[in-house]
Amino acid sequence: MSWLDSVRKKIPFIAKRESPDNLWHKCPSCQQMIFAKEYEENLSVCPKCGHHGRIGPDARFDQLFDGGVYTLLPAPQVREDPLKFRDSKRYTDRMKEARAKTGEQDALINARGTIEGFKAVVGVQDFAFMGGSMGLAVGAAFVAGVQAAIADQCPYVIFTAAGGARMQEGILSLMQMPKTTVAIAQLREAGLPYIVVMTDPTTGGVTASYAMLGDIQIAEPGALIGFAGQRVIEQTIREKLPEGFQRAEYLLEHGMLDMVVKRHDLRAELARLIDYLCPGKKAA
Amino acid sequence: MVAYLEFEKPIAELQARIAELRSTADAGSLDIESEVSKLEAKSDKLLRDTYAKLTPWQKTQVARHPERPHFKDYVAGFISDFMPLAGDRAFADDQAIIGGLGRLGDRKVMVIGHEKGDDTASRIRHNFGMAKPEGYRKAIRLMELADRFGLPVVSLVDTSGAFPGIQAEERGQAEAIARSTEACLALGVPMVAAVVGEGGSGGAIAVAAANSVLMFEHAVYSVISPEGCASILWRTGDKAAEAAEAMKVTAADLQKLGVVDRVVAEPVGGAHRDPAAAIAALGAAIGEELDKLAAKKPTTLRAARRDKFLAIG
Ligand SMILES: [Zn+2]
Repeated sequence: MSWLDSVRKKIPFIAKRESPDNLWHKCPSCQQMIFAKEYEENLSVCPKCGHHGRIGPDARFDQLFDGGVYTLLPAPQVREDPLKFRDSKRYTDRMKEARAKTGEQDALINARGTIEGFKAVVGVQDFAFMGGSMGLAVGAAFVAGVQAAIADQCPYVIFTAAGGARMQEGILSLMQMPKTTVAIAQLREAGLPYIVVMTDPTTGGVTASYAMLGDIQIAEPGALIGFAGQRVIEQTIREKLPEGFQRAEYLLEHGMLDMVVKRHDLRAELARLIDYLCPGKKAA
Repeated sequence: MVAYLEFEKPIAELQARIAELRSTADAGSLDIESEVSKLEAKSDKLLRDTYAKLTPWQKTQVARHPERPHFKDYVAGFISDFMPLAGDRAFADDQAIIGGLGRLGDRKVMVIGHEKGDDTASRIRHNFGMAKPEGYRKAIRLMELADRFGLPVVSLVDTSGAFPGIQAEERGQAEAIARSTEACLALGVPMVAAVVGEGGSGGAIAVAAANSVLMFEHAVYSVISPEGCASILWRTGDKAAEAAEAMKVTAADLQKLGVVDRVVAEPVGGAHRDPAAAIAALGAAIGEELDKLAAKKPTTLRAARRDKFLAIG
């Protein structure tokens, strides 16, 4: 990681920690107040109930890569606001807000580094950026991530988190489903593993494309994973949804996942998998 | 007698007036006949003008018109010797997606498509064209079968979307859609898809990642229904017309965006006013597209399909 990367990465955290509002974190699951520093040090997992909080690319890369060292891949350039979309707000204004809030260009960020010595390109979808939604930029970043993995002869690991496709890009966001699927086929032909880690929440067109096409399908505990939204299902069938419906454990039980892995164990489990699927690719 | 849509009210009123004149005691008199023909001309012009500039929301209603031709009508119209093939070999036969072997002219093809049904009983049987995982898995099976035996795939897309239900989720709706899209992209045979009514989201793309994507003039194709988009972004389903406009769901718009390769003209007043003409036009267009792809090698077809979707943006 370059000096610039490391500075860039650390600044927002320092700023956040200084604000008294951020001293405490309230667990959305057990409602307990947790010292924010303790929560962060526990990988944003509630130490009381084990609830896995949502984390963005910076925290994920920090947790995952050896020594927190990694290189960000440049964000691919795509057409902005291809439909000149506006609802109650202009799409361009929503983008500006999302960029200001997250400091990122769009909702999928890639980085290369090593996981217990194994080379990997890792993509992380940021739910904080317009619900992680998939539009041209996410599709292009996914393809770029796969290409980097092929260039490096290493696996592509994607951490999904998205409400679905980005409606403001209309049909072009739907077209990211076949586009990302093509990239996965290319990775497969290169003989390299494609590992999906589904995080909370992963729904809609993202689930119905690259999130479900992994050679290995992993999910974090409790993650909401599905195609249709729960409200839509309730309105359609007019029934109450079963307990735990569309949660990671439910998907595991129904055969849609290989494993549910706690955040603390992810690094080790990914390294074990890569050792099996992509041996001899250990970085020097 | 067609069912009129809300925006066709002025046309419906003219037609009612014509019917009324014809049923009067003086029917057949010169005065009445000349009045009728004047009104007929006015009605025809109004229909033509209305359909020449349908808004995206009006097109959405035309695309959903209950009398619009459906999968079985197209198959009856331009596929001969149709042999339906059933089942996903794992769970069930989903009647929301139908498929089978048939001939389009003298071309042997595999035809797959959504069927919405056209009366209460058939709509329920076909689940209003909303497929479940077993429907997509049947599509995958048929595409793979076509690929092994060198038969081009023709798909007719007409769905409001994949079915949102508990069991559909349980059986892996998302995975089934993803695999079906993947199966389209892996084909070494030509694939031609036609959006004939509604192209609703993932439920549509799952059988539409084709070499050549056709779309009827008044069909719509979108990432989410206008109502769904409006309820999320405008926080009220009442803004569906605005959402349809903003999302660019029409054939003309999608051709400009490079998502649709060819727009097939509909009879004046929409496919439901002259189903036979609409069906013939679509059959001819699909045939032409198949012929363009016929001589291509599997690797070329696959590469062209991949490049096309990689380039959309
Ligand atoms: Zn907790």
